[in-house]
Amino acid sequence: MSDSRRIALAVNGVQHEAETPVREHLADFLRGTLGLTGTHLGCEHGVCGACTVLVDGRAVRACLMLAVQADGCAVTTIEGLGTDEALHPLQAAFCAHHGLQCGFCTPGMLTTLAEFLQVHPDPTEEDVRVAISGNLCRCTGYDSIVAATMEAARAMRGAGA
Amino acid sequence: MKAAPFAYHDPRNVEEVLHLLATLENPRLLAGGQSLMPMLNMRVAFPDHVIDLNRVEGLDGVTERDGALRIGAMTRQRDVEEHPLVRARLPVMAEALSFVGHWQTRNRGTVGGSLCNLDPSAELVAVAAALDAVLEVRGPAGARDLSIHAFPEGFMTPALAPEEMVTAIRFPFWPAGHGHCFTEFARRHGDYAIVSAAALLMVEGGRVTRASLTLGGVAAGPMRLREAEAALLGAVPSEEVLRGAAARCQEIEAMSDPQAPAWYRRRLATTLVRRALETALARAGGAA
Amino acid sequence: MDGLIPVEERPALAAGPGDFVGRSVTRIEDAPLVRGEGLFAADVNFTRQLHMRVVRAEFAHARILSVSTEAARAMPGVVAVWTAEDVADIPLIPFRATKVRGLEPYCQPVLARDRMRYVGEPVAVVFADDAYRAEDAAEMVVVEAEELAVLLDATAAPGEFAPGLHTEPTIVRKEYGEVEAAFRSAHAVVELELSVGRHSGVPLETRGAIARYDAARDVLELHGTAKKQHWNRDEIARLLGRPPQGVHLFEGHVGGGFGVRGELYPEDLLVCAAALRLRRPVKWIEDRREHLVATNHSREQHHRIRAAVDADGRLLGIDDVFFHDQGAYVRTHGARVVDLAAGMLPGPYRLPAFRVAGHFRLTNKTPSATYRAPGRFETTFVRERVMDAIAARLGLDRIEVRRRNLVTAAEMPHARPLDTLGVDVVLDSGDYGGLLDKALSRFGWDALQGELAARRASGECVGAGLAFFVEKSGLGPSDGVRVAVDATGAVELVSGAASVGQGVETVLAQICAEALGVDYARVRVVRGRTDRIEFGNGAHASRVTVMSGSATWKAALAVREMALDCAARLLQLPSSGLTIRDGVVMREDGLAGPTVTLAEIARGMGPNSRAMHGHTPGLTAERWFWSDHMAYPYGIHLALVRIDRGTGRVVAERYLVANDVGRAINPMLVEGQIVGGLAQGLGGALYEEFRYDPSGQPLSTTFADYLIPTIAEMPVVDVLIAEDAPSPLNPLGVKGAGEGGTNGAGAAIAAAVDDALRRPGAITALPVVPATVHRLLGGLA
Repeated sequence: MSDSRRIALAVNGVQHEAETPVREHLADFLRGTLGLTGTHLGCEHGVCGACTVLVDGRAVRACLMLAVQADGCAVTTIEGLGTDEALHPLQAAFCAHHGLQCGFCTPGMLTTLAEFLQVHPDPTEEDVRVAISGNLCRCTGYDSIVAATMEAARAMRGAGA
Repeated sequence: MKAAPFAYHDPRNVEEVLHLLATLENPRLLAGGQSLMPMLNMRVAFPDHVIDLNRVEGLDGVTERDGALRIGAMTRQRDVEEHPLVRARLPVMAEALSFVGHWQTRNRGTVGGSLCNLDPSAELVAVAAALDAVLEVRGPAGARDLSIHAFPEGFMTPALAPEEMVTAIRFPFWPAGHGHCFTEFARRHGDYAIVSAAALLMVEGGRVTRASLTLGGVAAGPMRLREAEAALLGAVPSEEVLRGAAARCQEIEAMSDPQAPAWYRRRLATTLVRRALETALARAGGAA
Repeated sequence: MDGLIPVEERPALAAGPGDFVGRSVTRIEDAPLVRGEGLFAADVNFTRQLHMRVVRAEFAHARILSVSTEAARAMPGVVAVWTAEDVADIPLIPFRATKVRGLEPYCQPVLARDRMRYVGEPVAVVFADDAYRAEDAAEMVVVEAEELAVLLDATAAPGEFAPGLHTEPTIVRKEYGEVEAAFRSAHAVVELELSVGRHSGVPLETRGAIARYDAARDVLELHGTAKKQHWNRDEIARLLGRPPQGVHLFEGHVGGGFGVRGELYPEDLLVCAAALRLRRPVKWIEDRREHLVATNHSREQHHRIRAAVDADGRLLGIDDVFFHDQGAYVRTHGARVVDLAAGMLPGPYRLPAFRVAGHFRLTNKTPSATYRAPGRFETTFVRERVMDAIAARLGLDRIEVRRRNLVTAAEMPHARPLDTLGVDVVLDSGDYGGLLDKALSRFGWDALQGELAARRASGECVGAGLAFFVEKSGLGPSDGVRVAVDATGAVELVSGAASVGQGVETVLAQICAEALGVDYARVRVVRGRTDRIEFGNGAHASRVTVMSGSATWKAALAVREMALDCAARLLQLPSSGLTIRDGVVMREDGLAGPTVTLAEIARGMGPNSRAMHGHTPGLTAERWFWSDHMAYPYGIHLALVRIDRGTGRVVAERYLVANDVGRAINPMLVEGQIVGGLAQGLGGALYEEFRYDPSGQPLSTTFADYLIPTIAEMPVVDVLIAEDAPSPLNPLGVKGAGEGGTNGAGAAIAAAVDDALRRPGAITALPVVPATVHRLLGGLA
């Protein structure tokens, strides 16, 4: 039985093919093999949410998925949220509302909220609070993150109108 | 916190899985990974082989069959929580799922995975017991059904032979108009329940015609409060009667640890059962 | 740089919002962070790097008999395995200057030698070509040890640390006034026994250290650092036998510090030694389980306190004996936390007589040091419990008791016959009573009492509590900043400050922009780099805005003056009639006239310019700010809680932090510090604790056991930032804002829970856990 496998997956819209040890988790694959260090590791046991990425559109803990399990999937990381020209409305709103201090939890917050706002484009503050209840932040106390999300939701609804 | 080395298998059908289970030394089945991956990363589990179920055909889906909801073992918790059949016919399951971890963990976690992990605090295990779930088991000898009540053999140990796997779980429906409530006490939202309570009630003509009361987090497996259920049957569900049923929790044998000693779990159980009953009653039709 | 330049007086920052100062401008740090383009320690990679994995002690106290490494060495990818013998030449890790003597023998070796003293202590290290394989190999190291008796209670009699040394290295004593007389003449004496549970900063990013020896330049580099680069650089150089200029520390992005990151730990020295010896870069990234047993703990203190009061509830004297659970070794703070606790205990109150004895005791737990509001979270809890107890004993209102004892604005500056951290405690400015009034009004305290009565009548278990705190900030003695304008007009500011993720760049850029007349977003701020500025004191003790901010103000004003002098000559106008806006020098009166840009001025001041003959070229100034005293921010915490009788759960419903910070350079950032600090304070009040079993095995080893507050645990928070009492000690009037949000949380929550239980004095220990509350409620509800 081989220690590693070749996998093919799309990350932020770009096709990748690479060899990965079978025991390597998805976060380490993204960070190490693909050099996308925006996905952070805060605990490696699925509690803190810093490693959250989107796999086939769903927010998951990248530390709790093996890289080989992402073969054939479409993964979106923090690096794929905005474009070179423009920030995603969530990213812009986080800047405007001081939704980050050290920035370590921020990628996981943003990917979680990106899926959330796709599914719930018109949330209440309480909905937002539930949405990020699985993401730890040690710096902000969370209020500014909620404010940023409400603004981003408004902006995204406005843009779509 | 990196996993120890293992060989990785990703079978495509149940027969392959069974073959691997029968022939490999020290294998573990990988379902949603939300329980197993932390154990692998922390090296408290170190299987020689990991059998990934995520590409096995036919293990997911929610269907109605013979008066029960049949959920494939690999169905994601989130898909169950949002499924219209679940919301309409087995709302206690949806309510229980809202307490299971967080949004992100429910995107990957599976119903079968949680049940087979048999954590004493797991909400899904408690609600399965509340609903008298039946597990469909496949093994080298063929298929068999196993009641959830016979499933926990010991602490985090299911009554499965090493070569067997759970492929689906059936949750018999309760009739329309039943009242339900799942509630729990955890230190923080999303934490494993210290104690959980599930209550289901049928009230017809002003009297309880059916009752299911389950506690999670007090023992290795979920605890059905049979005596309390029996006492409720035929009774008018007054505040006194409900409180009396809940008070039976003072007599249960409960696990103990420094954070939540047995006396405290009993108190929690009493409180939670009473609240679950009150809410279930309020949601039940035919209370008059 | 300029040698003995005289310390000239600089104008103070004008009151009120300026162009940038006093405004909630967005942060210049944010763009890379929201894009995931940050450079945290784990993101640093060098070619050929090795990964280090630490083998840690599994017993709390044991004699090490042998450490077998052969099996580990044979594992794939392993380059080396070290034990204490391999690093015998590295001395014990020292601590920073402190008046306390006799702590040296209690310092930690980089690898345990003959004894392991806490679960998690580094015993061996493995170097391998990848992190997974390093961990595989580490599991193959076999440590044989003979268990010894463990000491886990700092209030128990001290035991043996080593032959001739016992586990109480020092007692910090402070005393002033007639203490015995105060107690003899007292109308009443309250006596309390109070304790704060062990918890700590636990930032979301674990520690990391990446060392690289640049052989071409003979420089040892350490990346992934934070907080205190210059002192750490000097110590690393000394401990490894290198000249300081041959060691440089680098700081990228920092995932939270809170006091625990950036101190000198064994792993920092190990990666450095390994990079030098193995001639390859060495990378170490701590995992979460390691972090919870290896990174500094904090807070665990047990106090036995007596307070003497007169018939009106005025304090006559306080006598406190406390036991500080330091854990297994003395770390880089020495006994500072005990010193801080002792010196800051009186808080905002008039106190004629005071005696404190802080027993600094070692136990077989993870070593302890500073964590946000160190010594103050603990002593505010203790002191405010005393005030509540006085109120209860004399039948006085809890607010009134405090009013009677608060030092008044007229009494400022108020010198206590005490010192802490080597400086005298002089409360520099403050209107304590005034802020109390504002806070109570903002919180709706009076109306709340009626609301509480109504809710209780309907069966709810609700209560409110408050705590007054005094913080300390702006620890000197000095810090320096160099401001330079280049030939394109871009401004670079190099500081000896460091970052812990709080937004130091933005604040310094705002101050610089205000002084110099440029756009703050175009100021590049360099921090945390020993290779860019020779000296620095780093980021801790809420000092950066005060110290580096004041130095920035001075340096930027100096550059402004140089630019205006130059412009005056070029434009043939008096410099007093000129101003600078957005990098352009123009007439101040707004009338049309000639202008010149800072870029043009800078070009004219280069080394090839004739006009500079005989002068030092460059539109550049470096200035230092010195301070002998700290500035003392202050404020109030107000909490409204509800208790679920059936479970004992305490729900914080509504919370107010009122904090006078002297001057808020960026109100949005100040608010962020306060709310974030409060989240941590609530963690310590209700959720977080490092617990141990009787054999010294840690029980809080993952995020499933160590409970950091999620958003669901947060109350509705209101923040009242006050600027009533600017500090007279610096030209900006600022006091630090980093710790006030945390300081009073334990005290306020305890007071609120007592109020809800209708049992004054019920809460004597933190964290307040549901099972305890349930028991205090006295049975089934």
